[in-house]
Amino acid sequence: MGKKLNYGEAICSGFQHLLGNYPEVFCIGQGLWSPWYVGNSMTNLEVDFGKARVLDSPVSELGCTGAALGAALSGYRPIVIHPRVDFFLLAVDQLVNQAAKWRHMFGGTVSAPLTVRTVVNRGGEQGAQHSQALHSWFAHIPGLRVVMPATPLDARDLLISSVLCDDPVLYIDDRWLYELEEDETPVTETPLQEIGPVCRRQGKDVTLVACSHSVKLATEAAEKLESENVSCEVIDLRVINPLDMTLVRESVAKTGRLVAIDGDWTNCGLAGEIIAGVTESSVFGALKAAPARVTLVDAPAPTSAPLEDIYYSTADQVANSVRGLF
Amino acid sequence: MALENGFKMDGFFPRLGKLADADQLHEPLDIGDVPADLLLGFLDKMVEVRCAEEKIADEVTDGKVKCPCHLVIGQEAVPTALAPHVRKGDKIFGAHRSHAHYLAQNGDLYRLFAEIQGKDDGCSGGMGGSMHLIDRERQLFGTVPIVGATIPIATGAGLASKMNEKGEFAVSFFGDGSAEEGVLHESLNLAASMKLPVIYFCENNLFSSHLHISLRQPADSIARFADAHCIPNMTLDGNDVVALHKAAGEAARMCREGRGPVFIEAVTYRWRGHVGPREDSDVGVQRKDDLESWRKRDPINRLWQSIAAAGHAEAEHLDELWEKHRAESEKQWQRAAEAPYPAEEELLNRVYTNAN
Repeated sequence: MGKKLNYGEAICSGFQHLLGNYPEVFCIGQGLWSPWYVGNSMTNLEVDFGKARVLDSPVSELGCTGAALGAALSGYRPIVIHPRVDFFLLAVDQLVNQAAKWRHMFGGTVSAPLTVRTVVNRGGEQGAQHSQALHSWFAHIPGLRVVMPATPLDARDLLISSVLCDDPVLYIDDRWLYELEEDETPVTETPLQEIGPVCRRQGKDVTLVACSHSVKLATEAAEKLESENVSCEVIDLRVINPLDMTLVRESVAKTGRLVAIDGDWTNCGLAGEIIAGVTESSVFGALKAAPARVTLVDAPAPTSAPLEDIYYSTADQVANSVRGLF
Repeated sequence: MALENGFKMDGFFPRLGKLADADQLHEPLDIGDVPADLLLGFLDKMVEVRCAEEKIADEVTDGKVKCPCHLVIGQEAVPTALAPHVRKGDKIFGAHRSHAHYLAQNGDLYRLFAEIQGKDDGCSGGMGGSMHLIDRERQLFGTVPIVGATIPIATGAGLASKMNEKGEFAVSFFGDGSAEEGVLHESLNLAASMKLPVIYFCENNLFSSHLHISLRQPADSIARFADAHCIPNMTLDGNDVVALHKAAGEAARMCREGRGPVFIEAVTYRWRGHVGPREDSDVGVQRKDDLESWRKRDPINRLWQSIAAAGHAEAEHLDELWEKHRAESEKQWQRAAEAPYPAEEELLNRVYTNAN
């Protein structure tokens, strides 16, 4: 048996690989020297690689993200760390108005190899401003690649691919996955533009499409449904912008049923985009039932525990949604 | 300092005083022992910029240009004064009113005009227009119109310069309106805390769009924010290219020696409206009398008076410059007008590094 790697350790291992092999990489963000180390996903990096390359920052999300962009335009490959999506919103101008458009609006000759890493950190009665995901917002932006790893090895290798990519990338990991384990394999460096959706579980009756933590829900639901003789195919999108729908369409052409699972709000969200991407294509004729989605209700995250219990999606909800298609 | 029940009542902030008084500083410049060729170079560049801007103004008036153009007429001295201090490895970022900054770095006039017309030969491939200028070969790393947006970006270029350890620096050009954006303060704090080699170059033209600074801020000095962030700073006449050149040289030296950041506030005035060729009366701004007085603080004419008085040029030299640059603007504008637009596939090709 090889060594097991959990999702949080895998992120840290990705940082170690990048900082150890690429002198142009540096990290900047809040809490990088704190004993909390962003949920132990960046433990001791400043000790191993120096405080000049792992910079703890003032409380300035916008300023630091802009500064990272400026360094990216000057030959570096910075990674900005925002330990929560909610606080990252203070920095949106620099990612959406500036980094994502820089290449296009300056004629396609200059790259902005900036990676913003932010973390979905929710549950535990943290309330409306310590709970958001918002990846669909960002996936709406041309020029911004949005990466959402669902497994430990992807958490490591997609971080590496993101940072080595010449385009701005938003890499979003999820604290609910940090304990997930996988057998460790050697690091692979794959160009990000070659990375797209993968099939995590093969099936013939229904296609479950998800990313990040929702892949875990989909997989658990598939295991439950197996005993009911319902065979689920699970597709992990991995990169949600630009979105490659090829594998999803091929799968639905085979199964005839689709459930899109997404840990974000319903309206104008990723799940709706997946369903539209299937129904507007030639696969529409293969559908045996109307597609369904499992998403959050359109309300801010509650603090109260009973409300929180019904707010977040579960594998049971996914399984029920699948049962409704038969 | 006035105290009232223990509260400091008057603050310690400077006011601009005569720098913002339209009736003062009309006299020729004090050129001291500045070499004649440098002065004549400034004159040539500022006349080039003004002729280019007047040509653009005419084309906007005629309806041939739709892209929003923020003209720099009246403010030519600031980027002109910095340019001689900039070397390979330095990085300049600017804002919406940046035609002069592009030309001051010896950017190509044809490529500026082509950009404004959305042509493939433009400095941004026709994708950016007037507000998105770039010429990295000549150290202009980008200009954008989101107010204050390039201030943190220039700060990060300063961080890169510090990491490079080659004595390079970054420059952030911005206006007085940017001081009302929080990101200026984040950036100044970051730069001062990390000792980054950045010149924060504020062009205080007393207006943001249609609103005078007195209607937007409780004091007219922008350098007061540098004081608050413990950054060495200087406030000076933004229409005095000689004084600006000296100040920028000192700032550049301090940055190269690792003593940055530095903040320069240049007080100036735009002769045209916020955007477009007119003088603002169209948007209800009453500043006709002030503008007449500010024209007497013309950075070009004041420099010329000094050059002529010192005998550095023949009497007809200035007229010859106007003639030369007007003709060049006409020629390059026509050339750009005949150039092709970007191909349709560029709409998608330029989104990602490797088009998907």
